[in-house]
Amino acid sequence: MSETYTLYNPTVMDHFMNPRNMGDIKDADGVGEVGAAACGDIMKISIRIKDGKIADARFKTFGCGSAIASSSMATELIKGRTVEEAMNFTNQEVVSALGGLPPVKIHCSVLAEEALKAALEDYMKRHPEAAAEARQTEAVPA
Amino acid sequence: MRNVYLDHQAATPLLPEVFDAMKPYFTEHYGNASSLHQHGLRVRDALKKARQQTAALIHAESEEEIFFTSDGTESSNLAIKGVAYANERKGKHLVVTATEHPSVMNSVEFLEKQGWTCTRIPVTPEGLINPADVAAAITPQTVLVAVHHVNHDIGAIQPVAEVGRLCAEKGVPLYVDCEASAGWLPIDVREFGASLVSFSPHRFYGPKGVGILYRNKRARLVSILHGGVQEGGRRAGTENIPAIVGAGVAAEIAQRELPARMAHTAHLQQRLWDGLRTHIEFIKLNGPVPGPRRISTNLNLSTEFIEGEGQLLLCDLNGIAVASGSSCVSKSLKISHVLAAIGLDHALAQGNLILTLGMANTEEDIDYVIETFAKIVAKLRNMSPMWEEFESGEIDSVIAPRGIGKSFSQHAAEVSGKAAH
Repeated sequence: MSETYTLYNPTVMDHFMNPRNMGDIKDADGVGEVGAAACGDIMKISIRIKDGKIADARFKTFGCGSAIASSSMATELIKGRTVEEAMNFTNQEVVSALGGLPPVKIHCSVLAEEALKAALEDYMKRHPEAAAEARQTEAVPA
Repeated sequence: MRNVYLDHQAATPLLPEVFDAMKPYFTEHYGNASSLHQHGLRVRDALKKARQQTAALIHAESEEEIFFTSDGTESSNLAIKGVAYANERKGKHLVVTATEHPSVMNSVEFLEKQGWTCTRIPVTPEGLINPADVAAAITPQTVLVAVHHVNHDIGAIQPVAEVGRLCAEKGVPLYVDCEASAGWLPIDVREFGASLVSFSPHRFYGPKGVGILYRNKRARLVSILHGGVQEGGRRAGTENIPAIVGAGVAAEIAQRELPARMAHTAHLQQRLWDGLRTHIEFIKLNGPVPGPRRISTNLNLSTEFIEGEGQLLLCDLNGIAVASGSSCVSKSLKISHVLAAIGLDHALAQGNLILTLGMANTEEDIDYVIETFAKIVAKLRNMSPMWEEFESGEIDSVIAPRGIGKSFSQHAAEVSGKAAH
């Protein structure tokens, strides 16, 4: 075949074939593992927090190409953000950064958001003092 | 990069002889078979010849029992709705296998909304029906039994002739979907005791855009497309002559080459399955083992701890074309209803891949697939939280349980809040 056709756009394909931040963090500060009831995919995100910021984020995913790409992109986007900023992270950021996902695959980006939030919640549970601080500075929900 | 096409269930390349036979019917012999002049009469002859060739492939008594449709979906819609409507006064009950093709299942669902009832016959974990279950499901109101010869997903060969005998005893017509077997396995409509049989040439080196429905003259059938009186009044619409001519030639070649096709694919099927299970841990074959109960072209695999679409994409990027019954591949986000019907664990259905062999595949191709697929599995497992949790003893394998940790389904339900379907 002279031409290559792809199921997803080049950015999604790149993150699927060469995922960023794949793996685990040893002694992570927060770990979130969530599953999508709709399709059965499972995503796990581990984070390391340093000085109130996400110093490192890693993922492992049981799921399709767009689920792997969504978790790769989510971990890329979230690094360097404060815990408060990260709490306001939405799946839409993942979709935009990936240059779009097919409508039937949007739920993969939702799963990435949920995995990240679960990791942050885990961090807050382990560090109540950080949770109190985050609540104070948290932006008023729209 | 090597290119290995392992999706012959979806489509096959047109044989050069088939293409050559079709060509004149696009340009020179363009007449409409309904016309009464030279142009029409010429293609009428071609139509008759194709009817004879396709009738011969399935050992039909007469070419007049062959109707040309547009594809397998139209054939099964006509078989089911056409028989149901024709026998409405006799009764409104149907019996079908739970693992029929969607064109059968959805035709039945359509009729159920209009007052028909249907009994779905369950299958064993290998995907086989028990003919006695079919006989037990037949009531005085039953107007049609539908079973498939070979399952489109898992390659199981059903005991069709036995079902046919039981249907004949009860006087109920039997429709056999032979879409997954025609051109690769012998089909004998008389031995099957079938009143209706459908098959399509694009599965055996013929063109797309044409389907064949055999109907025994004793079975009542009304048209579901309303228009002219083509195809004995059972299928209105101008005949797709080039495709029909191609169907005839493809059927004739298939009949001639059947033993060679079965031998070639059976050899590669065994080599592929042996290679995969030797090189990959926690891999399962769905459906019967290669042999008399499984078609030689099909392997349906579940590789544990990884999902099917990722496997499919990485295969494709390595030149290997395959299909999958995973929910991530389906537009409805549901696993294949066949995998659900055989009671396959959801985790295994997620990791599903369907490989269908053909004549162009070689031993070298198979060895390349085994080697490449082992690497793909390793890459995806390395990315999978399930593999990590299996290795740490948190969850157990479904394929080869160690008795340590909880089940995948239990784990999935815990992390997703509700159970996967």
